[in-house]
Amino acid sequence: MSHGPSASGGAVAQPMHGHQDEPYVPVFTAGSAPRAKLDDILSRYPTRQAGLLPALWIVQDERGWVSEHAMQEVGDVLGLTAAYVKGVVTFYTMYHQHPVGQYFIQVCTTSCCNCMGAEDVVKAFLEKTGCGELGLTSADGRYTVIEVECLGACGFATPIMINNDFIDSVSVEKVPEILKKYA
Amino acid sequence: MGYPHKSHPRETPILSKYFGDPEARTLEGWKVRGGYKALPMALATDPVAIQNIVKESGLRGRGGAGFPTGLKWSFMKIGDGKPHYLCCNADESEPGTFKDREIMRWTPHQLIEGCAITAHAIGAETTYIYIRGEFTEPIAIMEKALDEARAAGVIGPNACGSGKTINMWVHRGAGAYICGEETALMNSIEGRRGNPRIKPPFPAVAGVFGMPTTVNNVETLAAVPHILNNGAEWYKAMCLGSPKSTGSKLFSVCGNVARPGNYEVPMGFPFKDFLYDLCGGPLPGRKFKAIIPGGSSVPVITIEEAEQVKMDYEGFMEFGTMLGSGGVIIFDDAQSMPRQLARLARFYAHESCAQCTQCREGTAWMTKILERIVAGQGTYEDLDTIFELTENMTGKTICVLSDSCGAPVCSGITRFRGEFEALISGKRSSTVAVPA
Repeated sequence: MSHGPSASGGAVAQPMHGHQDEPYVPVFTAGSAPRAKLDDILSRYPTRQAGLLPALWIVQDERGWVSEHAMQEVGDVLGLTAAYVKGVVTFYTMYHQHPVGQYFIQVCTTSCCNCMGAEDVVKAFLEKTGCGELGLTSADGRYTVIEVECLGACGFATPIMINNDFIDSVSVEKVPEILKKYA
Repeated sequence: MGYPHKSHPRETPILSKYFGDPEARTLEGWKVRGGYKALPMALATDPVAIQNIVKESGLRGRGGAGFPTGLKWSFMKIGDGKPHYLCCNADESEPGTFKDREIMRWTPHQLIEGCAITAHAIGAETTYIYIRGEFTEPIAIMEKALDEARAAGVIGPNACGSGKTINMWVHRGAGAYICGEETALMNSIEGRRGNPRIKPPFPAVAGVFGMPTTVNNVETLAAVPHILNNGAEWYKAMCLGSPKSTGSKLFSVCGNVARPGNYEVPMGFPFKDFLYDLCGGPLPGRKFKAIIPGGSSVPVITIEEAEQVKMDYEGFMEFGTMLGSGGVIIFDDAQSMPRQLARLARFYAHESCAQCTQCREGTAWMTKILERIVAGQGTYEDLDTIFELTENMTGKTICVLSDSCGAPVCSGITRFRGEFEALISGKRSSTVAVPA
């Protein structure tokens, strides 16, 4: 289920392993804003474990990805093992287990978009960003393009996401204009 | 209304009346439009009385299963001394479905009011609105509306001054279709992998955190304030077909069609008029060929069949398919059915949680076979193998994702066998686009 970039290929800008954040600087240090945010979220649930998905989101917002060190830290904060945390991280497609491009572009290609030309939109992004292949990061480190399953905006084919921005009704013609905003 | 298009005179816009109106998003704007009248009234009413009104209205689950909502609520034992939970299923990931997204984007307070009334009706103090991780805009809008409602005392420790506690939080998913399955959704809230659980125990007995839980879809919950304001009889009267299907229903329309969008019609509306009148018919120079009427998990039907359908739970069943989530996917005569169904099978293979062997292996195997046929390397035996596989994948797993892969594929082969055989024999049909 992982969308993680492959370990080989020409356009990879960075080596792809899970320890690129050494020495690791913790996210949830006492008194920090992420810690306060997590504590507030934890008050909504009867267990600390329920804070796992929100905690992982905080890590990804802060660091851009979820490293093995971060999984260990989140586990320590919530009273879970690092192995358990990794099991959860790998289940969900949206947590990056490796650094990705500055702009992470996801293009929906499930049937409803597919029959409206989504595959051409993917090709246009791969070409214009210089990524060349799905999952690879462009040589300048700016872009990573992946195909994603149904984004839930099927009447507005083709929807894409760039980081947290949701953009619908994307056609091949609109691709260069969109990329200007994410340069 | 036919958002993003203007409302069609034949629509019955109740839930969608204010789609496209940004002023409806604020608490004040929503009150001006008739919002938050039902909630204070409901909080002063006995929960069982509210359950009975909703039972009487005939409201059925809009997420896909069509289970009677009031009956589901009545499984929650009020006053059993345990904390109860309401989970709002906003994981909308079923290909073809994008109605809940618009409800949350345009009318967040409609959903909050529906959740608050329901929480009271099932004796829950805490509601989690589980929104799929990709819905960044609906999440931001819902968070803002919840902050507003809390600040105004509409929800919170003393909701509307009633002395009752109604806490409500957004829980963001992280990318997994299967979390729309209610038990997987509860696991995801608990901080687990989103694997569905074996039932029983059913959620009303042991749900999220092991406590009695009700899971309802966004559209179902959004309908609740309207039922309380206007009465069960009013809701029941919106029925043009089977008396077992009542109320208005939002249908999301996508694919090869002139006006894709969301349309709200009474249950039992003629599908032919819906397709050609409301949705504007096919694209110029094309003809409709096949329709998946209830999100990608239901069987595909031909346009000739679709033109006879009455749009309600029973009407779709008559033609061997289902109303499902109301996500209408339209393919026209320029599309290759084998290619589209192969893409759909790939979706299920990608989204299988891999817990059950039949699903993990079956969805992947089916995808391989279909992609082989599309590539012109299939055999006639492949078609038989797909049916055999489907038999082993249906009704034999913890959840229905496995069944959902076989349903559109097998119905597609049955109805469009010629297209598959043309690819296998090497004689590609001239009326069908040649797959890449």
